[in-house]
Amino acid sequence: MSAAIALSGVSKIYRPPRKKPYLAITDIDLVIGAGRFVSVVGLSGCGKSTLLSLVSGLLPATTGTVVLNGSPVTEVRTDVGFIFQRDALLPWKSVRENTRLPLQFRGVQRSEMDERVSGWLARVGLAKFADNYPHELSGGMRKRAQLAQVMVGDPGVLLMDEPFSALDVQTRNLMENELINAWGAAGKTVLFITHDLEEAIALSDEIVVMTAGPGRIKARYPVSLPRPRNVTEVRFHPEFVALYERAWADLRDEVTRSYERSLEAS
Amino acid sequence: MTVSAITLPLARRPWFIRSLQAAVIAGFIGLWEGLGQVGILDKFFYSRPSLIVPRIGGWLAEGFTPTSIYKDIEVTGIETVLGFVIGTLLGVGVGYAFARNRLLGQAFDPLLSMFNAIPRLVLAPVFILAFGIDLASKVALGVTLVFFIVFFATFTAVRDVDQTLVDNVRVLGARRRDVTFQVLLPAALSAIVASLRTSAGFAFAGAVVAEYIGSSVGVGRRIANSEAFFDSTGVFSGIVVIAILALALDAFLQVVEGWFSRWKPRRER
Repeated sequence: MSAAIALSGVSKIYRPPRKKPYLAITDIDLVIGAGRFVSVVGLSGCGKSTLLSLVSGLLPATTGTVVLNGSPVTEVRTDVGFIFQRDALLPWKSVRENTRLPLQFRGVQRSEMDERVSGWLARVGLAKFADNYPHELSGGMRKRAQLAQVMVGDPGVLLMDEPFSALDVQTRNLMENELINAWGAAGKTVLFITHDLEEAIALSDEIVVMTAGPGRIKARYPVSLPRPRNVTEVRFHPEFVALYERAWADLRDEVTRSYERSLEAS
Repeated sequence: MTVSAITLPLARRPWFIRSLQAAVIAGFIGLWEGLGQVGILDKFFYSRPSLIVPRIGGWLAEGFTPTSIYKDIEVTGIETVLGFVIGTLLGVGVGYAFARNRLLGQAFDPLLSMFNAIPRLVLAPVFILAFGIDLASKVALGVTLVFFIVFFATFTAVRDVDQTLVDNVRVLGARRRDVTFQVLLPAALSAIVASLRTSAGFAFAGAVVAEYIGSSVGVGRRIANSEAFFDSTGVFSGIVVIAILALALDAFLQVVEGWFSRWKPRRER
């Protein structure tokens, strides 16, 4: 099994202007095999989103090395798909124009471009909304448009930063199911960030629990629940329940610790 | 029941609001005329609508001669457009450069703030001395007025552009110039368009004021001429022409703004 993502000895110090520098993550060693779906779970502020910025090259690591698809990350990488937590569609472009962007940047032929864009918009159920502007769509539809925009470029690795956290529970379950179906069909590597343990277990092959900031890897649990899965049904599986209890114990320690720390600080 | 079947209260029906607006204007003109007729407003200083309308009619009937109102409007129009276009281009260029290069922005910040603090209209005499009484001085004044509006709009918009949008297109494969043309300038464009009506109005005001202070032709010159002869009807007629031109410009720009704002949610337009 070849590694799609490999981090070794990685740490990141942020130096915001006029504020004290702080350590976001440290001592991160993580290898993710090609085609695996791995979720990183942690409290808010534990630096889990920082991981994605480092893997995509949007930010440089302070120490350690990040290797993606066999080559070290030294600049912004375009061989990944990044689903941001926040709305990332250009608001002045229609859904179709937004979805076209990755192909346009690569200079793909117009006819091929239109075909791939229409294909993906149909797959995410937005064919009828191709000429609408992002603000005319619901939150769930915007997320699907973002997914189409990223997938149309056919990246081998997907980085997802709490992509469904802003959605209502029903839409969320729907999108989670769509995601694992699409992932199962495409064989992509996924690094998924979430604070929702249930979501992490339901979707992944492996979950990584982070400590409260500065983020370190606290524990890793393989998830051997059978696939194909349905995210709403898999929650009642005995293994799901057992795994949830173990990982939740880890997280609870971190919640307590970070709460005590915040009391000391104030 | 369809939505249109729901009856709006009178105060929200379009025709009622329109009639009310027309009545306010008619009332204002009537009051002006009436107070003039009974002698409360001195005709010598305030003129009267019944004198102004025939005067403008007379100007319009003169035909296309070098001293006609049409020539004045043409010259003022050219000055306005040039001041607006040059000021906008400079404002966008400098605003973009300063937003992208922090040191440059910091270095020039105090100087620009100082210039911006000067009421620009007092520069009109300086420009007339420097650039003469022709086109150049009028355009220069318009440029200084437009520049700062567009500069600040562009600078703020480019500096505050949502970093997620930039990060997203970079991972999608955007090169530096793609980021500029697909994200930063469109983001700035929306702020520039929002400031369009203000800046075009300033370009027009700059042209008229500079004409008034020193020129041989233009709508502002026409007012200055009438003033020199204590011809209040001429002054007011010139003002009315300017008001009509300004309204027409604003109506046109409103259409332009609407076109550029198609992508925005209705409440933000």
